[in-house]
Amino acid sequence: MQYTGKVHKVGDHIDTDAIIPARFLVTTDPEELGKNCFEGLEAGWIKRVQPGDVIVAGKNFGCGSSREHAPIAILGAGINVVIAHSFARIFYRNGFNMGLVLLEIGDKVEEIKDGDELQIDAVKGEIKNNTTGATIKTAPIPAFMQEILQKGGLINYVRDRLKG
Amino acid sequence: MEQTLAQKLLQRATQEEIKEPGQIVQCKVSLVLANDITAPLAIESLARMGAEKVFDKDKIALVCDHFTPNKDIESAEQVKKVREFAVKMNITHYFEGGNVGVEHALLPELGLVGPGDIVVGADSHTCTYGGLGAFATGLGSTDIAAAMALGETWFKVPESILVNISGELDEYVGAKDLILYLIGQIGVDGALYKALEFTGNVVEDMEIEGRMTMANMAIEAGGKVGLFPADAKALAYAKAAGRTGDEEIYPDAGAEYVRRVDIDVTGMSPQVACPHLPENVRPVEELKDVVVDQVVLGSCTNGRISDLRDAARIIKGHKVAKNVRFIVLPATPAIYKQALKEGLLEIFAEADAIIGPPTCGPCLGGHMGILAAGEKCLATTNRNFKGRMGSLESEVYLGSPMVAAATAITGRITHPKEVNSDQ
Ligand code: SF4
Repeated sequence: MQYTGKVHKVGDHIDTDAIIPARFLVTTDPEELGKNCFEGLEAGWIKRVQPGDVIVAGKNFGCGSSREHAPIAILGAGINVVIAHSFARIFYRNGFNMGLVLLEIGDKVEEIKDGDELQIDAVKGEIKNNTTGATIKTAPIPAFMQEILQKGGLINYVRDRLKG
Repeated sequence: MEQTLAQKLLQRATQEEIKEPGQIVQCKVSLVLANDITAPLAIESLARMGAEKVFDKDKIALVCDHFTPNKDIESAEQVKKVREFAVKMNITHYFEGGNVGVEHALLPELGLVGPGDIVVGADSHTCTYGGLGAFATGLGSTDIAAAMALGETWFKVPESILVNISGELDEYVGAKDLILYLIGQIGVDGALYKALEFTGNVVEDMEIEGRMTMANMAIEAGGKVGLFPADAKALAYAKAAGRTGDEEIYPDAGAEYVRRVDIDVTGMSPQVACPHLPENVRPVEELKDVVVDQVVLGSCTNGRISDLRDAARIIKGHKVAKNVRFIVLPATPAIYKQALKEGLLEIFAEADAIIGPPTCGPCLGGHMGILAAGEKCLATTNRNFKGRMGSLESEVYLGSPMVAAATAITGRITHPKEVNSDQ
């Protein structure tokens, strides 16, 4: 599970309403939701994003309601990885369950700047900053979570397990 | 490694060795819970997973408690969907009619949750069962669907905060005041992602119902779980509820805690959380000028028999103030019957209270006690977010059953000692 992409930084306590405001919850289609990703943070935020880019956030990313639309919108925007100081609990679960890679690195988020290019090895837990040359180590994603991610989320994972 | 209570409980349910917080482990679940609001979504996810059956028809509880007796056509449709699913899957523990109670009061009473259990529920107050020494927490709907299909789920091993409560409690101060005080101290994100573990002489002496009141509000501090040891009291409660084979479970001496909070309760007043956050906590004396329109006694926080007894003791022989609605909702049918037997319902009725059925009702602004703009309510519930009980311009204050009863008598937020007729 390797990813390379440009960083978009966001702040602390980004809530699920900032990620995808309730007025856009009339669909569960990832692409549709993706078009309005972070619309609650800044109008047109999504325009700066290229598929494969990475979000680097502060503390408590994804706090607020338990809506699963939030990680779906991020994925729909073409973003596969969010790195944060910390995640809100239910978002953290929902993220992996929907197939989004989440890495928690604490204060080391300070070492990453907006626009940096990161090369991420989620299995090894390695984040290489191609812009600065520095490498940040984090706990590798456990095997089970990798399996969920590889299957594209919890629904597929359960479906396969039930078939098997 | 010496383990915290949270780690110990997870270790019992997983084959992996727990080494540190942050680790992710797969755990078998003892019970999976959903209610009339969250079950329909989980049922949809189950269908998308292609699950034709649930992992164990005896280990799923579907409790239609939020809007029942159904308040409108939409809620009736939701309940119907849950009922049809329960029939199709042959779910043993389905509750809707005269057997329904507020989920987090009902399941412990029936022995469906208890010491050492791993419980996941599509409801954030699932953490209530931590009062019995169960690792219990709320999840999203797809997670709950997966747990219903597989009988297991994943957890990130949390860090724990040790809350040591010591000293001597005033006769008018109890579990609700302690948890409000703690949330006032650490804030609504003070325990974010962490386990709260309670200890100290006050906790040891506390009965299980009080412990459940405290564990219930762990989520209001952002906590994943609020845990009490599975001690002799917890085992006795579980046994009385018909369970067998439970064992005592304590944290290891020397386990590592990320933070320790010491609270000395000696001299503490009853506590009240002011609008619009559970962390806006003040001693009751400071709020004596707040005039209320409604008082609610009930919910998964404080709708148990000990709560009704506390309130009845204060209100006995008094009348509810003019123009105040005092709504009493025993949390389960068993509590209702016990309150009837003990004469508590008569005391409330004589005081001109409104006695309703076991339901969540007004707690979430569902029905049976909705607030108009500008109205104020003192409730024994757990959340006072803006608009939680009705109009966005209404206000909810959170307090104990004794404060609720005293407030119902005077019509303003009142310290129970002011009105206690025993004295
Ligand atoms: S009583 Fe209130 S907090 Fe408890 S389960 Fe019902 S709605 Fe939720």
